[in-house]
Amino acid sequence: MGSGSYIALENIRMAYGGRRVFDALSCRFPGGKISVILGGSGLGKSTILRLIGGLVRPQGGRVVVDGEDVSRLSPRGLKTVRRKLGMMFQGGALLDSYTVFDNVALPLREQGGLSEKAIAEAVHEILKAVGVSDADDLLPGEISGGMLRRVALARAIIRKPDVLLCDEPFSGLDPVAIRRIEALLVQINRRLGMTMIVVSHDIHSMMRMADHVVLVLASHVLEGSPGQLRQNEDAEAVEFFSDDLECYQKQGAV
Amino acid sequence: MVNPVSQVGYKAVQLTQDLGSMAAFAVDIVRTSLTRPVRFAAFAREIYKLGVLSLPIICVCGLTVGMVMGLQGHHTLVRFGAQRSLGAVVGLSLIRELGPVLTALLVAGRAGSATAAEIGAMVATEQLNGLRMLSIDPVSLVVKPRAVGMLFVTPLLTGLFIVCGLYGGYLVGVGLLHGDPGSYMSSLRAVVDFHNDIECCMLKSTVFGLLLGLIATYRGYTSAPTSQGVSAATTSCVVISSVTVLLTDYLASALWGV
Repeated sequence: MGSGSYIALENIRMAYGGRRVFDALSCRFPGGKISVILGGSGLGKSTILRLIGGLVRPQGGRVVVDGEDVSRLSPRGLKTVRRKLGMMFQGGALLDSYTVFDNVALPLREQGGLSEKAIAEAVHEILKAVGVSDADDLLPGEISGGMLRRVALARAIIRKPDVLLCDEPFSGLDPVAIRRIEALLVQINRRLGMTMIVVSHDIHSMMRMADHVVLVLASHVLEGSPGQLRQNEDAEAVEFFSDDLECYQKQGAV
Repeated sequence: MVNPVSQVGYKAVQLTQDLGSMAAFAVDIVRTSLTRPVRFAAFAREIYKLGVLSLPIICVCGLTVGMVMGLQGHHTLVRFGAQRSLGAVVGLSLIRELGPVLTALLVAGRAGSATAAEIGAMVATEQLNGLRMLSIDPVSLVVKPRAVGMLFVTPLLTGLFIVCGLYGGYLVGVGLLHGDPGSYMSSLRAVVDFHNDIECCMLKSTVFGLLLGLIATYRGYTSAPTSQGVSAATTSCVVISSVTVLLTDYLASALWGV
C-alpha cells in the first residue's frame, strides 16, 4: 500500500444485539499517515479497528482496505488482506503460554520460508528496537504492562505490514511509558511509512502525534487535521474538547 | 408470558443451529488436520497435558473401581458357588463397559474442562483474535492439537484404566479374599475375546475421545468473551460430554452390541 492509498469506511451500519453503534458512519484514513480516532466511551472507536481488521462485519456499508471490501471477503480473502495489517490489541493479546521470543517469532514461523537463525535475528532486532531486549524467555504474565505493549507492538510489526492498527496503546500506562510508546509509533511511521490508525483516550498525546484525526461523536463523525478539529465550531466537538481541557486542568491542579 | 410451544420451538431451533455449527467446526478441524503445518510440538504438548497429567487420576480410579468390583463380585458369586469366575466378571465388565465409559467421564472432567477453560480464556483475552490478525488460523494452531490429542489419549487412558482395574480386582479377590490366582487369570483369559471385546472397547473409547475433543474445543471456542462465559463453557463442556458419552454408550450397545 503506497502513501497515496487509504482505508475507507462508507455508510457503515452496525449494532451489537439491540444496541446500535453506527447508523451511517463514513470516514477515511490516508495512507502513510498517523490517523487517530478520538471520541467518548462506548461510541464505537475500537469497533472501527475491528471492522477494518474484518473481526466484525457491519450490517450495511463497505469497509475498503487497499481497494478491497473486507466486509464481503471470504475467510481466505480476509487472510490475504490481514497480511497487510498489523494490530496491537488493548490487552496485548499475546499467547500466554508462549514466551516473549516465541510470541514475536510466531508470525515469521507461520509464514514459513525463513530459517530459525534468520527468525532469531529478526526477533532480536525488533525486540531491541522496541526496548525489550532482555525478556526473551519470560512469559507475558511475567512482564510489566508497558513491556507487554511493546512486545505486542513488536509482534504486530515484525512482518512489516502496510497498516498498523493500535487499540488503546496507552491505557493504564504511566506518563513515561506513554511517551516511550508514542515516540516508538512516530518513529515507525516516519521510518517505514506505515499507515497507522490509533484509538486512544489520551487526547494530548494523540494531538501531538496525529496527522489526521477522526472524532467520533454521539450523532456524527468529524475528520481533519488536529488544528482543524480544535477550531471546529461544531457544538459536540467544542463540548468534547472543552470537557477534556477542564479535566486536564483539574488533573494539573491535583 | 411466552407460549410454552414457542419456547420448545425456540429451543429446538437453537439446538439445531448449535449442532450445525458444531458440525462445521468439526469439518474445520478435519480440514486443518489434513493440511500443513502438522504441529508435532503442539501435539506432543497436548499429549503431555491431557494424557500424562491424567495418569494419576486414571490409575487411582481404575484401581479403586477394580477393587470394588472384586469385592462386590466375590460376594455375589459366592452365593452361586461361582467365585472362580471372578476374573471373568471383573474383566468383561471393565473391558466392555466400565473402562471406556468411566475413563471418558474422567477425561471429560479433568482434561475436557481444562481444554474448554483454556480456549475460553484465550477468547476472553483476545488471543484468538490476535492470531486471526496475524493471518494464523486459530483452529489450526489452538484447536487441532487439543482435539487430536484428546482423540489419541482417550483409548490409551482407557487401556490403562482397565489394566489398573484388573489389578485392583486381583488384589481384592486373591490378596484379600484368598481366591485362587490361577482361576482368576484363567477365567479372565477364557471369556475375553480380542475381536469382540478388546477391539470393540478401543473403538468405543476412540469414538468417545473424538466426541470429547470436539465438545471441549467447541465449547471453549464459542464461549462468550467474559469470565462468566469461560465458566459457562467449562460447566457445559462437562455436562454435555458426560451426557453424550452415556447416550452414545447406550446407542452403541443397543444398536451394534458394542
